[in-house]
Amino acid sequence: MDWYVIISNTLRGGISQSAIIYALAAIGLNLHFGYTGLLNFGQVGFMAAGAYGLGITTDTYGWPLWAGIVAGLAAGVVLALLLGAPTLRLRADYLAIVTIAAGEIIRLTVRAARFSDTTGGSNGINGFANEFQGWNPFDPSAGYGTRVFGELDLRYNGADLWEHIVGWALVGVAMLVMWMLVTSPWGRVLKSIREDEDASRALGKNVFRFKMQSLILGGTFGAIAGMFFAVSNNSVQPDNYSTPVTFFALTAAIIGGLGRVAGPVIGAIIFWMILAFTDNVLRQAVGEEYIPRSIMESTQVGQVRFMLVGVGLILLLVFRPQGVIGDKREVAIDVRK
Amino acid sequence: MSASEGAAEHGRTSGGGGAAGLRAEVWDNPAAGVFAGVESTPGVGKPDPILVADDVTRTFGGLRAVSVDHLEVQRGAITALIGPNGAGKTTFFNLLTGFDKPERGHVVFDGEPASGQASYTLASKGMVRTFQLTKVLAKMSVLDNMMLAAQEQSGESMWRGLLRGWGSQEAVVRQRSLDILDEFNMTHMRDEFAGALSGGQRKLLEMARSLMAAPRLIMLDEPMAGVNPALTQSLLGHVKRLRAEGITVMFVEHDMDVVRDISDWVVVMAEGQIIAEGPPESIGANTAVIDAYLGSSHATLTEEIITGHVPTATEIDGATDG
Repeated sequence: MDWYVIISNTLRGGISQSAIIYALAAIGLNLHFGYTGLLNFGQVGFMAAGAYGLGITTDTYGWPLWAGIVAGLAAGVVLALLLGAPTLRLRADYLAIVTIAAGEIIRLTVRAARFSDTTGGSNGINGFANEFQGWNPFDPSAGYGTRVFGELDLRYNGADLWEHIVGWALVGVAMLVMWMLVTSPWGRVLKSIREDEDASRALGKNVFRFKMQSLILGGTFGAIAGMFFAVSNNSVQPDNYSTPVTFFALTAAIIGGLGRVAGPVIGAIIFWMILAFTDNVLRQAVGEEYIPRSIMESTQVGQVRFMLVGVGLILLLVFRPQGVIGDKREVAIDVRK
Repeated sequence: MSASEGAAEHGRTSGGGGAAGLRAEVWDNPAAGVFAGVESTPGVGKPDPILVADDVTRTFGGLRAVSVDHLEVQRGAITALIGPNGAGKTTFFNLLTGFDKPERGHVVFDGEPASGQASYTLASKGMVRTFQLTKVLAKMSVLDNMMLAAQEQSGESMWRGLLRGWGSQEAVVRQRSLDILDEFNMTHMRDEFAGALSGGQRKLLEMARSLMAAPRLIMLDEPMAGVNPALTQSLLGHVKRLRAEGITVMFVEHDMDVVRDISDWVVVMAEGQIIAEGPPESIGANTAVIDAYLGSSHATLTEEIITGHVPTATEIDGATDG
């Protein structure tokens, strides 16, 4: 077992582009569920709206990248309006049903052969974001970073480094926006809606408006996550936007702690560190036959690591239901009284 | 003692809610005498109504839950709404406050049409209600519960909230919240989660919170239900203080002692209709009320019958957990 490889890959996993994507998506879900009580089970739909809004306008219509980013943001806002208008006046579970369905509708629509001229069908859209690496101040092919303690490999090429810097800067800005908002009177109204929207109404708050704003803003974070996904891969693939993505992002938010600004970010980092760690350990253990082939093949590692994450999540909810940085008092309260 | 002296004394007093509740408080009654020329008949006109309901009807399936021909609520007075279980009192409240929509009829609040208005619009215009089952915001602090209720906060706009500039208003709201909490002897609980409060404390918080919304008409749905006797006295004092400060109060209550103690006027509902109105001292002798509670064969109506029961020692203990 090469522990240097395992540890460096675990660290890399925690700050990877995937962690950035899930952190951004989970920040949006945290605004929806952790602060407003909105059950959005289709965050992936907002990610797809952002990614395809960007991909279609830049590739199919030849817009510049910045205009594509504006289009991606607009697509997220439009989706939020479409989903919110009919459902936000109803009980919370209606939004859950509609969002989960909308996510699938978007995925199936963009991968349909009927629209392949525009969306690329099941092949998706590729090579539309070269401009992003054109903005890169580093040399994309040169190596940066160093080996720590002689063996721990923390080197990145210029292209990766640029993506990491832009991605974590986006996460930082999103966290700042969230912090400014949830400490404002606006954030206080959102929390009151989460607790009891009739009480909020009885105190003169236009609950529908606040819910809609929350849905739009959280959806925008989802669209930004999708656009970062698209740009860092220089590609949009419809099957990357399937239903489980939402639930992994929700898992990250729960691991970190709902209703905390840093919760979803810490959760996303931990989530991807666990995945990288289990992946590397299992792969090496199977390769060196610490785990006999009769029990597990190397091709099964990808599935087994998600099982381990599931077990870990169950243990977390049993022993630390408020998440890593959540407030114990909040889960201890008996709201039925 | 004038109202302002009373408020000051109340503010200075420290100690538990029970001790505060047992202290005798005297408040001016600006509504004293306004009902002098008013007849005790259902739907009677009042000298200066703040709320007028006309032909308000709501049915659930085949059941006519509310069918009120005409009701006027006198400004500045305490009006009690009583009636047997299932009389439609809470439904009527919901219709008046915009939490439910009547099939027919219209409501005028302080000269403006209120029917068809959203509940939050009516609340922001000064018609503030509480709920039969308290709705405190459990995972928010007592102070946040209070501060939420202030109206016209510029920081409640998303952009203003993000970009700041609401700090001075927030400081004013915070100070007013602390002042009202002090009047309710709840200052020491301000940082507790509201969900950690006892049932009686929640009733107090809900009443204090509705004051933050600057009400002109406050509608309390069973404010004393499940509250121990000492705290009931405290709540009664607060209701009288509201009246002394010029706020109109309408409340649903089953306890006839409470009704007789604080109300200036009593409205009786049965089977969705207003069957009687009158001053509290005469309402128990009204034949329509007796019929509604007992059926027409009985001649007298005791307070225990209207109340449904006399509270037992165990029930009082059950409510005294705060």
